[in-house]
Amino acid sequence: MSREVEELNRRLLRARDLMDRAYADPLDVRAVAAVAHVSPAHFSRCFRAVFGETPHRYLQRRRVERSMFLLRETDRTVTDVCFDVGFTSLGTFSRTFREIVGETPSAYRVGHGPIVAPHCVQLAALRPREAAGRAAPTEQF
Amino acid sequence: MISRLNVTSIYVLDKEEALDFYVDKLGLEKGNDVQQGDYRWLTVRARGDQSTEISLEQPGSPLHDDATAERLRELITKGALGGLVFITDDVRALYGRLRDHGVTDFTQEPTEHFYGTDMGLRDPFGNPIRILQQGKAVEQATD
Repeated sequence: MSREVEELNRRLLRARDLMDRAYADPLDVRAVAAVAHVSPAHFSRCFRAVFGETPHRYLQRRRVERSMFLLRETDRTVTDVCFDVGFTSLGTFSRTFREIVGETPSAYRVGHGPIVAPHCVQLAALRPREAAGRAAPTEQF
Repeated sequence: MISRLNVTSIYVLDKEEALDFYVDKLGLEKGNDVQQGDYRWLTVRARGDQSTEISLEQPGSPLHDDATAERLRELITKGALGGLVFITDDVRALYGRLRDHGVTDFTQEPTEHFYGTDMGLRDPFGNPIRILQQGKAVEQATD
């Protein structure tokens, strides 16, 4: 029993790593679930049980974190940043960013400059937390 | 005054498998390997670096009760425990060598930053490892 849990954890972690690595690509649930050797139908539930949020939400927060990084560190336009991090619609990007961060991408950029910390520290520690009071994540990927 | 880090430890699920990864694939060398009863004190370190040993600890008896060991094993495989950061003089060559050795669990391909070029991977159990080739500015500052 315990060994099965460990092996499932490890495979789900591999799928999570794929999202951290390839967030800019058009990832679909089938491809990510395949890395974990879990059926697409069960993947979201398994992932949430292990990591506390749906893979969809995990990927959204990774993409928003990377967009925050680009807004702080580069002069790229908000539209460019939106597509750089894997969003395919400016509307979805702006809505998701605002929901998670609590302000618009442009307002965030005005208030924030580069952070002097290693890339790995930023990746691990600066992924935005769940915004207070938002609805529970959907099961949809 | 404390002058340096002597030993750090990392949890692994299996010491033999850990040796295969950390020594045969990653290229560290075995340090201490002392069997005392049913406990094996096993360390690895960067080749030629006598200053810091990495103790490979396996959850379970005699260090932990069964429930604690099971919890630790879950956390390791979730990637929730601490990892290691190494320095190399050529991260891209190392990346190629690791791929040639069949390592596939990269979390980040070699990427340039203002402080150098680094890459990320996981050991077979889920522990995060980063390997950094420091930039010239950093090297000069620490020489």
